[in-house]
Amino acid sequence: MAARYDRAITVFSPDGHLFQVEYAQEAVKKGSTAVGVRGKNIVALGVEKKSVAKLQDDRTVRKICVLDDNVFMAFPCLISRSGLTADARIVINRARVECQSHRLTVEDPVTIEYITRFISSLKQKYTQSNGRRPFGISALIMGFDFDGTPRLYQTDPSGTYHAWKANAIGRSAKTVREFLEKNYKEEDVESDSGTIKLGVRALLEVVQSGGKNIELAIMKRDEPLKILSAEEIEAVVSDIEKEKEESEKKKKS
Amino acid sequence: MDNYDKMFKLSEKILLLCVGEAGDTVQFAEYIQKNVQLYKMRNGYELSPAAAANFTRKNLADYLRSRTPYHVNLLLAGYEEADGPSLYYMDYLAALAKAPFAAHGYGAFLTLSILDRYYRPDLSRDEAMDLLKKCLEESLFFLTAFLSVLRLLQLNKRFILNLPSFNVRLIDKDGIHDLERVPLGQKAA
Repeated sequence: MAARYDRAITVFSPDGHLFQVEYAQEAVKKGSTAVGVRGKNIVALGVEKKSVAKLQDDRTVRKICVLDDNVFMAFPCLISRSGLTADARIVINRARVECQSHRLTVEDPVTIEYITRFISSLKQKYTQSNGRRPFGISALIMGFDFDGTPRLYQTDPSGTYHAWKANAIGRSAKTVREFLEKNYKEEDVESDSGTIKLGVRALLEVVQSGGKNIELAIMKRDEPLKILSAEEIEAVVSDIEKEKEESEKKKKS
Repeated sequence: MDNYDKMFKLSEKILLLCVGEAGDTVQFAEYIQKNVQLYKMRNGYELSPAAAANFTRKNLADYLRSRTPYHVNLLLAGYEEADGPSLYYMDYLAALAKAPFAAHGYGAFLTLSILDRYYRPDLSRDEAMDLLKKCLEESLFFLTAFLSVLRLLQLNKRFILNLPSFNVRLIDKDGIHDLERVPLGQKAA
């Protein structure tokens, strides 16, 4: 049944589906996991770092990108496949130009919602154009508005966007989201370290072999983006493991 | 017009001074400013002063032979780790010259000769500030004399030229520093 309605993007199926968009969402589910947590004074973004080939320089595989001084985004992507990272590059480039264009015309930095809306509109256009396919990426867009409010938004290939307190995209996103729903506590994210820990704990649920395969970026209010070094991530991971042991000891006694 | 600032911060260590046709100055300078920022976002590091100067010149040159040329004169000053401080002189015909000192406007007639006489490539920060003060005093003197002549000729009633105050900024390895209004000694009229 689907076969006749999934060729051209602009065709609805009889039961109301846009199959190309749904296939794009499937492509996203194959990408590496990304987790975002919005704290009170900090936003944290963690991405699963897929193990790279031995001869590959892993600094060139950047999944967290800065859009402007106050805004950054991450997208789950496949490293060696179907051009989805390439899709992301196009979107990111357009978003970067839009951030500066906005500053030029209204003399204010973009709000996170504005740039998310811009990216979503761009993605939506490609679900309604002749001869073009949708962008195969979902994105987590985070940062601070110029009034200091932290924000986290998620977009998907259909062009919809929502604001979140914490979310995950990519492979096993469902598992991670359920973990976040169970463990997100308002008091925890009041502190910077609490926010970071929650993000790392969520990512550890689905990432094999722990801290080595995690890339973590944080942004504090009025500070530029900071990408945590391997040692800092290891410190957080060992903190988490200590807490786990202590809570298990408590349970036993 | 007291707080009209003609210097535009292109990046952490590059300043663009833009004078000329009203409107053209701000439009052109802000356009360059945002494009320099875009480069930083795209590539993860900032443009060097030389690259920024050449980019600016190219834009000026492209617009020169269009229907909408920009009538602006520019000074671009910047600091880079590798090459140290540099100053670029650009004019509305898209000429570009790297120079040890430069000036635009009527002030240039007076200050360039002072700079010619007293400039040395190995000036310290304080010596450079003194040299700048000499130039500003000279311009102030010239303008005071000019205004006195005008007042003499009873032309001051509708003349809107005011004595200027000077914005001074300094760029070094630590970035851009805003200096207090440079105090100038009174010259005997």
